[in-house]
Amino acid sequence: MSKVKVQTSATDKMISVLIYTMFSLFALICVYPFYSIIINTISANDISARGDVVFFPKQIHFQNYLDVFKIPGLWDAAVISLGRTLIGTTLTVGASAFLGFMFTQEDMWGRRFWYRFTVITMFFNAGVIPWYLTMKSLHLTNNFLAYILPTIVAPFFIILVKTFVESTPKELQQAASIDGAGIMTLFFRIMLPISKPILATVAIFSAVDQWNAFQDTLLLVTDSKLYSLQFILYNYINQASSLSTMVNLQNAGSTAMASLSTKQTTTSIRMTVTIIVVAPILLVYPIFQRFFVKGVMIGAVKG
Amino acid sequence: MRIHYSKSRTSFIKFLYILPFMILLGIFAYYPLYGWVYAFFDYMPPIPLSQSPFVGLKWFRSLVENQVKIDQLLQIIKNTFGMSGLNLLFSWLPMIFAIFLTEIKAVRFRKFIQTVTTLPNFISWVLVYSLAFSMFSSEGIINGLLKMLGFTDSPVLFLQNSDHVWLTMWMWSTWKALGWSAILYIAAIMGIDDSLYEAAHVDGATRMQIIWYVVLPSMIPTYFVLLMLQIASFLNNGLEQYFVFQNAFNKDTIQVLDLYVYNLAMGGGSYSVSVAISMLKSLISVVLLFSVNKLSKLLRGESIV
Repeated sequence: MSKVKVQTSATDKMISVLIYTMFSLFALICVYPFYSIIINTISANDISARGDVVFFPKQIHFQNYLDVFKIPGLWDAAVISLGRTLIGTTLTVGASAFLGFMFTQEDMWGRRFWYRFTVITMFFNAGVIPWYLTMKSLHLTNNFLAYILPTIVAPFFIILVKTFVESTPKELQQAASIDGAGIMTLFFRIMLPISKPILATVAIFSAVDQWNAFQDTLLLVTDSKLYSLQFILYNYINQASSLSTMVNLQNAGSTAMASLSTKQTTTSIRMTVTIIVVAPILLVYPIFQRFFVKGVMIGAVKG
Repeated sequence: MRIHYSKSRTSFIKFLYILPFMILLGIFAYYPLYGWVYAFFDYMPPIPLSQSPFVGLKWFRSLVENQVKIDQLLQIIKNTFGMSGLNLLFSWLPMIFAIFLTEIKAVRFRKFIQTVTTLPNFISWVLVYSLAFSMFSSEGIINGLLKMLGFTDSPVLFLQNSDHVWLTMWMWSTWKALGWSAILYIAAIMGIDDSLYEAAHVDGATRMQIIWYVVLPSMIPTYFVLLMLQIASFLNNGLEQYFVFQNAFNKDTIQVLDLYVYNLAMGGGSYSVSVAISMLKSLISVVLLFSVNKLSKLLRGESIV
């Protein structure tokens, strides 16, 4: 950034005002949808269903967040989504760390070939349907492994790690090798500790990918026990009305008769599930934002 | 793995360590190419491929066998070109976004804007659709607002509209990706040497002149690479965005190749035709990639892949 104080002329001021206004507007467009859904989920459902909750919540209540878990399958989906995120991320980070490190080993047999073999898959794929057909032939339909196995070797993350390792001083590895450390010792003792920042970035990218994944469920899963939250949300958007009736029936059976303001509507169900699905992202995002940025910047230095 | 091992032996052992991962990659990134053989058979599940009749190039010919099919394919190609074209046409937006964002001198405000505008990139298309639904469906907030302000009595059916699908799809992808795509350019601007600014200032350059002569040139290499990659993936719009936004009303104008291929197979059971189109699409994409790579070598003396 320029540290020189630039003269401010009238046009400069006008430009500044314009810039501030445009960015504020765009920021508003980015945030408002989230905000509006949140205030709708905690407002009286009858008011919300009429589309009358626009700026502030009206008659705040939290019944929706209790009711939404009465929808069959939501818990299961949450477990699936959490499971694939935790397991998938762990394995992807491990594999990316290891491969990123191994590809810096100049004496590895066929290093250049295998590195290309890996990277080229970023630019080329057979297509969704051939992929589906071959996955089916491998019995990876309706199989939890289909969420995990294909994501383990991730070229982009490998490039990130490799670029990072190459930027660290070579002397560290050399000294350890001379002391007789094997390649695995080198990896666990030297490489893992110094790569923590980049591995954190990879972990977050990978976790977001896993949490957001939708296409693999769409193609490979018909067993509702394996549905992810994203997939279930997609279904709910299209069939929320039957679900709201069902939750209302359950509530009507219980002693607490649902009043109009807490009675589930199509809107309330859809919006509450939306918030539940987006919540993890919204919660971790502010904390990890700097990692995202760092990741992209390292990735920009092509591996 | 001690020093007494021969050099070639340690070298091969290192390879053995990565072998399991290369096998995984082989299975999930290369083996699907074998799926292309389905394009040459009359595959009708549940009959397995091994018992399906070999039909040669039948499915490829069927794509252009009569006017109806040609028209349909042309519409799909038009949609693909339309949407990719719009994205290409506005590919400079993130660059402008970055330039003006870094012009903001109030650091906290700038950080805030950057954080907030990057957020949509991290939610899935399903969530985007859910937000869109909450905003723009007939009982959505926008219609509520329009009614409240007295602009309209009957709700406007934004999502069922088939008139401006290309534009609305472009708007959603821009909403989602703009802030994020700007980061690379922001990085490029941050990397500009302060002395350049000082020199420009000494020469009496105005703010606009500094942007034009100092800032913009520093971003051109990044822009060029991204543009080339974008051209290379011209046919690959992706499936998710168009899948979640598609409905009975906008189907004609929203179906890009990726969605069409999906609908053909998973909706209509025409796996073989679908694979045939997939295959053509992948092959053209590879040609595109090599072409832009060559172009990049010619123009900048540097390959992008």
